[in-house]
This record gives sequence, structure tokens and C-alpha cells, in this order.
Amino acid sequence: MSADIEKEMWTSKLRKGWQKNLPIEKLLPDTQPAYVASWIYLFGVATLAALGVIVASGLVLSFEGASWYHYSSVGHFVNSMHFWSVQFFFIFMVVHLWGKFWMAAWRGRRLLTWITGALAFVGSIATAFTGYLIQTNFDSQWISYEAKDGFNSVGIGSRFNVTNFGQMILLHVAFLPVIIGVITLIHVLLVRAKGVVPPIDAFNNELGERK
Amino acid sequence: MSDRRTELESAPWSGRVRRYDLIKEGVAAVVIVAIVVAALSTLFGSPDDKQVTFKQWAVAAPADFYATAVQELAGTSGTAGYGAPYNHASDGVNLGPLYLAKWLGVTHPVDTVNDFVITPLTTVANAAPVADALKQWQGSDAKTQSTWATNYDTALTKANQDASKVSAGNYGPVPALAGGLLTMAQAGSLDGALLSQGNYFQSDNTKQTLFLGDGSYFNDQSTASNLQGSTWGMMNETGRYPGQAWLWLYSFWYQIPPFNNGDNHPFGANADAWIMLIMGALSIGLICMPLIPGVRSLPYKIKIHRLIWKNYYQEENL
Ligand code: HEM
Repeated sequence: MSADIEKEMWTSKLRKGWQKNLPIEKLLPDTQPAYVASWIYLFGVATLAALGVIVASGLVLSFEGASWYHYSSVGHFVNSMHFWSVQFFFIFMVVHLWGKFWMAAWRGRRLLTWITGALAFVGSIATAFTGYLIQTNFDSQWISYEAKDGFNSVGIGSRFNVTNFGQMILLHVAFLPVIIGVITLIHVLLVRAKGVVPPIDAFNNELGERK
Repeated sequence: MSDRRTELESAPWSGRVRRYDLIKEGVAAVVIVAIVVAALSTLFGSPDDKQVTFKQWAVAAPADFYATAVQELAGTSGTAGYGAPYNHASDGVNLGPLYLAKWLGVTHPVDTVNDFVITPLTTVANAAPVADALKQWQGSDAKTQSTWATNYDTALTKANQDASKVSAGNYGPVPALAGGLLTMAQAGSLDGALLSQGNYFQSDNTKQTLFLGDGSYFNDQSTASNLQGSTWGMMNETGRYPGQAWLWLYSFWYQIPPFNNGDNHPFGANADAWIMLIMGALSIGLICMPLIPGVRSLPYKIKIHRLIWKNYYQEENL
């Protein structure tokens, strides 16, 4: 009986793997390596902050409905918050992406961190695009009219119909944000689990490749 | 990279550390971003050009609307000849031998004659000539209907869309039907009828959007707002606002040969499909960048990292 209890099971495996790879001290540390001292490191957290403002303003818009902002000045302000936070989100993310590229931040078994980041980028473009389709104004009419040809041309339009407002609003407020949220969560947890990547020349001494 | 290097780079950091408050940094970031965004929202607001309605179109450009209605009946409009996923009128765009749209089938059937003209007309009380025309149309076979509509479409095109200059001919009820639809649109009852198609719940605007796009009015509005794809419209926004700037690369391909020339075969004529393919490939390339030889070595060759970690390298004499 006692041997049975000690036998590994899915739950215990998950717990042990979690404790090993991401103990709470790693998730919320007091210190960072000395090289984590550059403005470029701020862009990841800035992207996250912009995402937070996007979600908060988007939630308000969801409760009030897609046409609210056309006739309410409060609505217009909340819509503007949503609009500008998206602009910043992309600016921050692109600087973050280039920064991580020039730091070759995928080194030291951090490939998955890069991949989840890049997936977040592509997924964010899709999410923003569906947002532009549900503005319920001239811009969204035109974008859906034009974009249908792109998606139809390779058959995607047979399932993903940009002129279908109902489908676009559901994807924009439910499916796509959940995907972005999950990918971002995995991305950030991976960064915490692996630790911030050391500088490219950090180990030249030890590797005997001194410049 | 050597295995030894990967070992060192993936091992927990054992060098110097500094105090770092992640939570404080995160909270500060949210507060600062929220303040900046609120400031811009107050100063500049956000774009919101009013939607185009069928009423607006039919009042502002009645001849264009009327001619488009005739084209929907005659099957000569953009939508009527589109192919999949709306109908079987053509093979649609292709990637060489791959007719993806066609193979995936007609998943959003649109019958321009009935969906755009006849069904909406049946949802309202029509004046006698229109009611009679509907009866005549519905009591005729498809061949007769098509002859009438084609005759009138051809004559109207010849008369430069001026219905008063069309010479007499075998048009059946077509002029009365188009006129009835124009009256209906001008009264503002076509928008809802196109959407609902006689039903209650409806959230799919496909039919409205396709019909709207078949005329010139909607296109002219977009040209005036600089939204045409051939002029980087994909990343533009109405008014003086930033648009989807992140689509610059997607938009770029539409500006250069062979994609900017619709008469070029096979690429220009099928630009939508080829550009989708190119962007799909580039996206996969971005996702897999660390695995692509050459590209992944760039950060070692162009040493921007020496700037990023300048202080650390100096302190450690690296
Ligand atoms: C939703 C969008 C994104 C968010 C919220 C986000 C957030 C973050 C945060 C908070 C960090 C840690 C702090 C830092 O180093 O800046 C980080 C690290 C990282 N990000 Fe992102 N990121 C996003 C998109 C991307 C993209 C598009 C890429 C590249 C394709 C990327 C690649 C990386 C890499 C490789 C690291 C690890 C850096 C290291 O170990 O030093 N991220 N990200």
C-alpha cells in the first residue's frame, strides 16, 4: 500500500517538474544578474503593460457593446484608450523583438522563448486585424471588403469570413485574446524559468576566447 | 555554437547580481503606459468615420446604385462573377495548379439576383409597377429573366448609366425592379433587408458588404480616404491617425511588380494568393529564425550587443 502511494503519477510528476523548473524564488526573485541593466530590458515589461491596458479598455467596450463609442463621449474615450494602447503595444513589441534578435536571446536552450514570442507577434497581428473589422464604421466596412480577397484567394475565406461581423467579434473578444494570453503567459514563465540570457561575450574568459 | 557554450549559457547564473524589483517595475510600467495612453486619447481621440449606408449611396449616387442593381440581376457584377466561396461563376484565384478557393468550395453562397434584389423587394410594400414587375419576374423562367437583364445591362452600359437615354428594347420587368430597389434604398429600408434576408437574428454582413463593393460609390469613398491597397491603404487609417503600420511588409508587396499589375500572369492576376503565401513563409521564418543558418549568426557579426551590454562588458573587462 505504501509503495503504491509513492509511485509516480501525473499529478506528482507535474508538481515535481514545476518545483524543479520554476520554484517561487525563480518566479519572483529579489535579484537579477548584473548584466540586466539596459533600457532594452524595459520593452518586454512595457509590452506586457500595454497588453494590460488593451485588455482593461477592451473589457469596458465589451460590456457596453460595439456601437457604444459612436454616440457616447465616455465611450469614445475608452475606444481611444483601446486604440492607442494597441499602437504602443506594437511599438514596444517590435523594439523588444529587435532587441532580443541582436542579443541572440535564444541562446542557452531558450529557443522556445523566442518561438512563443514570435507566435505572440503573429497572433497579435491577427487579433488587431479582427479589431479593425469590428469598428462598425467606414474603415471596418472597407477593410472587410478588401481583406476578403486575400483570405479567399488561398481558401482561408471558406472558414474565416471577414465580412461576417458576428464571427469577427467573437474571435476578437474571445478566442484570439485567450490565445494571446496563454502564449504570453508561457513566454513570460519561460523567461523566469530559464533566467535572463547572459551577454554574448560573457563567457569568453572561461571559453578561452578572450578578445 | 559549441556544447560547452550552450551549457554555460543555460546554467543558472553564478556571477554578480543586483537588486531588482520585478513587481515594482511591472506596476510602474502599467501606470506609466496608462497615463501616456490616456493623455493621447484625450488629445487626439480615435478615428471614427461614419459607416456608408445603402441609403447614403442611393441618395448621393442614384445612377451608380441603379446600374449596380441591374448588374446584380444580369450577373455581371464583381460578386456575381467571383467564384468560391460565394458561387461557382469562375475558378477564382490560383497558385499555379492550386485552386485552393475553388477546392474548398462555396461555403457562403451568394445569389446576387435573389439575395440582393428580389428577396429584399419582397419584404416591403411596393408601388403597383414594382409589384407587377416582381410578379412578372417570378413567373418567368431563368432563361427569359437572364435575356431581359442582360439586354438591359448592355443597353444601360452603352448609355453611360443614364437610364433616360436607354433606347427601347426587350427588357421585361428589369428597369422597374432596379427602380423599385433604388426607391427602397433611398427610403433606408434596404440595409436591414439585405442583412436579415427575412429572418430575425442575423450577424453576418457578407451580403451587404459584397453588394456595396460592387458599385463605384464605396470605392470612390475609399480612394478619397487613401485606403486603396495600391497606395499602401492596407496600413492606412481614416483621418490623420496611424493605421496598422505593422502590416507594412504585407502592403509592400502590392506596390511592386509583378504584383501591382493585375494583367501580369500568373503573379499579378493572382497577387492576393502569392502575397499570402510569401507572408505565410516569412512568418514561419520569423518563428524559426534561431534555426536559420546565416540569419541567426548576424547578432555575432553585427555587434549591437556590445552596446546593449556595454557597462557590463566594461566592468568585467570582457
Ligand atoms: C505579447 C508580446 C510579448 C510580451 C508581452 C513579451 C514579454 C516579455 C518579457 C516581460 C520578457 C522579459 C523581460 C525582457 O527581457 O524584456 C521577455 C523576454 C523575451 N522575449 Fe518577449 N514578449 C513579447 C513578444 C516577443 C517577441 C515578438 C519576441 C521575438 C520574436 C520575443 C522574444 C523574447 C525573448 C527571446 C526573451 C528572452 C530574453 C532573455 O532571456 O533575456 N518576445 N518577453
